[in-house]
Amino acid sequence: MGGVRTLVVWCPDWPLVAAGLCHRPAAVLSAGRVVACSAPARAEGVARGLRRRQAEARCPALVVVDHDPSADARAFEPVVVAIEAFTPEVEIVRPGMCALATRGPSRYFGGDDTLVARVAAAVDERLPPGAPACRVGVADGRFAAERAARQGRVVRSGESAAFLSGFPVSTLGHVELADLLVRLGIRALGQLAELPTAAVLARFGPEGAAAHRLARGLDERPLAARIPPLDLTMVAELDPPAERLETAAFVAKSLADRLHAALAAQGLTATRVLVEAEWEHGERLGRRWRLDGTGGRATGALADRVRWQLDGWMTGSGGGAGAADRPSGGLTLLRLVPEEVRPDDGRQMGFWGGDRAAAERVARALARIQGMLGPDAVVTAAPAGGRSPAEQFHLVPWGERPPAPTDRGPGPPWPGRIPSPSPATVHLAPVSAEVADARLSVAGGPWSAVTAWAGPWPVDERWWDDAAHRRRTRWQVVTVEGTAHLLSQVGDRWEVEATYD
Amino acid sequence: MAGERLLPVLPTLEPLFPARGLRRGSVVSVVGSTSLALSLLAATSAQGSWCAAVGLPSLGVAAAAELGVVLERFPMVASPGRAPGAGGWAWVVAALVDAFDVVLARPPSHVKGADARRLTARARERGAVLVLSGASGAWPEAVEVQLTVASSVWEGVGRGHGRLRGRRVEVVAGGRGAAARERRVELWLPHPDGGVRGIAPCTNGVDIAPCTNGVDIAPCTNGVEGVVDGRRAHARRVVS
Repeated sequence: MGGVRTLVVWCPDWPLVAAGLCHRPAAVLSAGRVVACSAPARAEGVARGLRRRQAEARCPALVVVDHDPSADARAFEPVVVAIEAFTPEVEIVRPGMCALATRGPSRYFGGDDTLVARVAAAVDERLPPGAPACRVGVADGRFAAERAARQGRVVRSGESAAFLSGFPVSTLGHVELADLLVRLGIRALGQLAELPTAAVLARFGPEGAAAHRLARGLDERPLAARIPPLDLTMVAELDPPAERLETAAFVAKSLADRLHAALAAQGLTATRVLVEAEWEHGERLGRRWRLDGTGGRATGALADRVRWQLDGWMTGSGGGAGAADRPSGGLTLLRLVPEEVRPDDGRQMGFWGGDRAAAERVARALARIQGMLGPDAVVTAAPAGGRSPAEQFHLVPWGERPPAPTDRGPGPPWPGRIPSPSPATVHLAPVSAEVADARLSVAGGPWSAVTAWAGPWPVDERWWDDAAHRRRTRWQVVTVEGTAHLLSQVGDRWEVEATYD
Repeated sequence: MAGERLLPVLPTLEPLFPARGLRRGSVVSVVGSTSLALSLLAATSAQGSWCAAVGLPSLGVAAAAELGVVLERFPMVASPGRAPGAGGWAWVVAALVDAFDVVLARPPSHVKGADARRLTARARERGAVLVLSGASGAWPEAVEVQLTVASSVWEGVGRGHGRLRGRRVEVVAGGRGAAARERRVELWLPHPDGGVRGIAPCTNGVDIAPCTNGVDIAPCTNGVEGVVDGRRAHARRVVS
């Protein structure tokens, strides 16, 4: 069971391509450090992370520009439009890189290799002349796919772990953890993957466990990432329609802030947001942005991405065919849909670091117990559908995403469901009981008189499946001592399913 | 919830505790009712505390949620290891006491005196509350507050009709120190409308159902109506 099969398109040196400087020795600076440089500059010895003066010393002819993420995003828009011809579910990781799930398109176009060739050809067509060719890779999970894209290869299904095993642990992007692993002699992802899960969790905590999952070619499972309730969608109607980017961007900013505040009020943060826009003449455009890591948490990050996107649509510069795709007329409606959210553990600081510190302590203590007793030893409950008290909740190992049905409200009605209040004790294995002459004996114990009873709730479940077919009648029974039980009658046998104690 | 010396309990449960809440670092024992033990966690869990359960494989999660425990902050270690030492019951409880505000635990059949003393000291040092649920003899040490369900009467169910709706219980609180004086409180556990509510003690044999806002514990003033503060409009008679 690997991660979701993902295709990643990577356009190297994107900030340079966007600035139109990819064929000259040039570097893009942010906060005084080189964040990207062109191939000619790299040949002269310029590298990421250098200071401006160091870079200029190595390459005197270096052209230096400041980083303009908005221009990057604007220039990337035609590329995304080209990829969108293959699937509507394109996810922009950052300007210069986007990801898509290959399951549908791959089948349609006849395999991963054909899809890669077609996507690469379509993207290269849209790149400005002189730009380095894009690289496309496919693998299980986004992390492996990003690595594969850098090498421009297709990793066969199930081989992601083997593919990743040679990479150094620093590729995980977690500096402190990588440092620690190297000092312990674990240099490659393959070595990390070989360690037992419980041991990694016990020694390195939840972060280590996430890294371990990545190293094994699985998806990083975010702590309870889930589809958010509908009411978090933020809509702004613009009347009169906004013709100019500045007006639209102003609306976008306040909308993004509102969404951020609404999510923060529920202690959530969005990891993927769909930006949708409607235009005067009825066009509708939508684009998904991924907001990962610390960058996505800041209030401004979402507003920035929405503005970049609007810029891409409204200015439509960058690619040659941009003008044709530009919507006619002004912007009439802007909608932000948080498609994936997860609990925001980076905020909600109490006094003296209260809640965050408490949650971290809890995570450490539970990781220790899971390390000793196995991951399944610690569980949390997630609501699920069902009739009996035992079926109404799933127990999920701590730290794992609850199964899908919990994402959807109360679910279908369950006729024959035992009404609340629910019993506080639900026996793991039903306890045998005997009932005779309005008296009850539990597990061969003494007889006690039944003073009141209610029911029956007849249940005939899974009649289509011989093995799982269950036909029973449930009763609530109160004995003279004041104890209430939930009894179930299967044929002429009686069982205590739960006790209201 | 880091700084307070006292973790809140539901207003109706306050009279059971001399400090009117769960004092950090104390050990509380609940005998005879899992739902009473769960309801001790409700108020503090709702206010953001982390609670955990150990050794209760048959805990009714639906009941916990109905009584007000926030399930996202309520991990459970259903079955700790059998053997003593690392992974055993005492080890797991000690690990949880380090990190959680409240640990609900059912002791195994006999806990060693040394383990009990160590856990009591650990809870005091870490400022956690250890709530023990189960039979009274299982814990060899003295506890600060012990709650026992003395009687329980189910309402809403007849001889073949109705269904379980609410339960009236009488809880007896004892303990040591300031808690040594015996206190008795009558409660709806659960109330027919959900949650835990108080019942005013009455002397004339006519029970007065509590008003619906859930805060009334008032002594009888005239022997008939158990609700004061102008809330008697809410009072509902239940013929016992």
